Amino acid sequence: MKRKIWLGLALLLGGVLAQQTAPLVFVSTQFTPIEEAQRMRQVILKDFQGWVEFIPEDNAPFTNRILSEVRAGRVSVGLAGGLHGDFPPLLAAGALDTVDDVLAQLKDRRFNSAFVNLGKMGTGNQYYIPWMQATYLMVANRQALQYLPPGASLNTLTYSQLKEWAANIQQATGRRMLGFPAGPRGLMHRFTQGYLYPSYTKSAVTKFRSSEAESMWLEFKGLWQHVNPQSTSYDFMQEPLLAGEVWIAWDHIARLRDALNQRPNDFVAFPAPIGPYGRGFMPVLAGLAIPKGSPNRAAAVAAIEYLTRPEVQITTLVQNGFFPVVQVRLPDNLPQGIRMSADAIARQSQGNVALPSLLPVGLGARGGEYNKVFQDTFARIVLRNEDVRRVLDSEASNLRRVMNETGAPCWSPDPVSSGACPVN
Amino acid sequence: MRTERYLPYALIAPSVLFLLFFFAWPLLEALLLSVRGGGGGWTLENFQRMAADLYFKDALKYTLLLALVVVPLQVVLALGMAMLLGGLSRGRDLFLYVWTIPLGISDLAAGIVWLAIFTERGYLNSLLQALGLIEQPQLWLSYETPWMIFLAVVAAEVWRATAIVFVILVAGLQLIPKEYSEAAEVFGATPWQRFWRVTLPLLKPSLQVALILRTILALEVFAVVVALGGRNLPVLAGEAYYWYNAYQNPGVAAAYAVVVLGISVLATLVYLRLMRPRQEEAA
Repeated sequence: MKRKIWLGLALLLGGVLAQQTAPLVFVSTQFTPIEEAQRMRQVILKDFQGWVEFIPEDNAPFTNRILSEVRAGRVSVGLAGGLHGDFPPLLAAGALDTVDDVLAQLKDRRFNSAFVNLGKMGTGNQYYIPWMQATYLMVANRQALQYLPPGASLNTLTYSQLKEWAANIQQATGRRMLGFPAGPRGLMHRFTQGYLYPSYTKSAVTKFRSSEAESMWLEFKGLWQHVNPQSTSYDFMQEPLLAGEVWIAWDHIARLRDALNQRPNDFVAFPAPIGPYGRGFMPVLAGLAIPKGSPNRAAAVAAIEYLTRPEVQITTLVQNGFFPVVQVRLPDNLPQGIRMSADAIARQSQGNVALPSLLPVGLGARGGEYNKVFQDTFARIVLRNEDVRRVLDSEASNLRRVMNETGAPCWSPDPVSSGACPVN
Repeated sequence: MRTERYLPYALIAPSVLFLLFFFAWPLLEALLLSVRGGGGGWTLENFQRMAADLYFKDALKYTLLLALVVVPLQVVLALGMAMLLGGLSRGRDLFLYVWTIPLGISDLAAGIVWLAIFTERGYLNSLLQALGLIEQPQLWLSYETPWMIFLAVVAAEVWRATAIVFVILVAGLQLIPKEYSEAAEVFGATPWQRFWRVTLPLLKPSLQVALILRTILALEVFAVVVALGGRNLPVLAGEAYYWYNAYQNPGVAAAYAVVVLGISVLATLVYLRLMRPRQEEAA
């Protein structure tokens, strides 16, 4: 009897081992929460013709696993999914295969061209295929729309029109109804890094203390007169929007979702404003890359083809809340809140004014101190009324220290640098 | 005989070990962390960065101010409450329990309760609007009026932590024999004189304990401030938290912790010196 059990176990184990060489191992820094991972396996990947083993990993084990496998010459990861910022260490170590051929096969997908360019990672070749996106958006209460300045449209709003709009509301209601997430856990620093600075200087680091940045801060200080002063304690803008404390707000799409989903008839979502250099915005872009020496390249290419199909992109949106990177017609039965944000995201990332800028790349644990430079600059100029030029000069030295200590080269929209990104 | 000599040491050993392991060791680690550089050498860089930081002066100022305002207020209030309780003949337990309810509430929860009162759409504004005193909701907790945030924090802290002082003082009052007060009364002392000349001096040891405990806790104030003011009212413990979590720089966070520790030790020494019992003063 015992012998039979052992034999059965051995057969089972052998079977498992034999099968493990077969599936496509798909390692991803996205969908790490267990519910999201399950929906990825059971719903999103359901119709894929092939066997995928989806393994979500945190950022550090993801990088270490791929790097050590490629170095050892025994690669098991067939497909790697991550944010744009997850790929530079892999590219630098020569662990990524080019995927120009894959992109050529996917001509009919009509990828957002800005994202395709990001996938080249500053080289002449394609290193990842855009997979899905999230971003930061504006949301307004419909009651605010009547105060839009004449000639202004939500989809082409400029920063000066935003100021006029907020001023009109203040004049009519006596209250400051524009809001930003400048609380301790808010993402205000992403606004200055990815929206304000790029729109006014086409840079975030190199032109940090430029004269353009100086006039930008002066203008933003003017705008801040119409901002609800409780902004410095707001973390998630959906709450003050739902409470009626603010009528216009900027935040990460995940932190606006409750407002749009709970009361879709009361709110509108729209793209970020436009500045002198265009519409700076910060896409949170995820891509699909193939490690060099992938054991199953054909299956990886098939999976990329599958995940970028319009209908699968929509399933990804509905299931896990990430938005499409290809042009799709959204079905009519989408929840209205999702539909509104999807429309606004599409308008924000397309068109010739679009100026995508990335989340910081290559800063590692120093990302927090990088953010602090922008948080402190904002607090000193806008909240404490310090002299703009003096603040920019003194914070520039903090920024320089972060850059030099990490040696991080510039990332979009700053021009490519050799060595650490300079603060001019 | 021998066992009797070692028994006390054996009995206090577990608590000493506990304190060494959970307090002395982390304390030492934090101290080391604050003076170690990235390369492992000794450095004062963390303290320099802390002192040069935007929020350091404000954090130091507000932490000390809060302790200076909150602690005396709480002691006076708790003393009054404890004396009142002593004068009650019926319902004493009920008052004791009601007054100590805030002890069971976490400080973050207390902060959120008071946030619900003071926020733009909060209870205070609703009340004032209903009474017709204001037309529009007033902003109480904005960076433009830091003194208002300060007062809200004082109110929340007094509400939340007076109970601990109260409990210590009630226990202290019960230790004072009734005979002293009665003797003073026989000699014609007024109630006020009895309080100043008899009760208060005899309560000194309890007051000392209460003051030391409350001052140390006041210097560590964090959750209430975060809930009510966010970063608009920086305090030392909060800065340590931001440096550790948001900026991921444990060195500077440890420097802040060392500053809090230094002030706490100083305050304790001052209390011990100022409030020595009589016989020690004579010696």
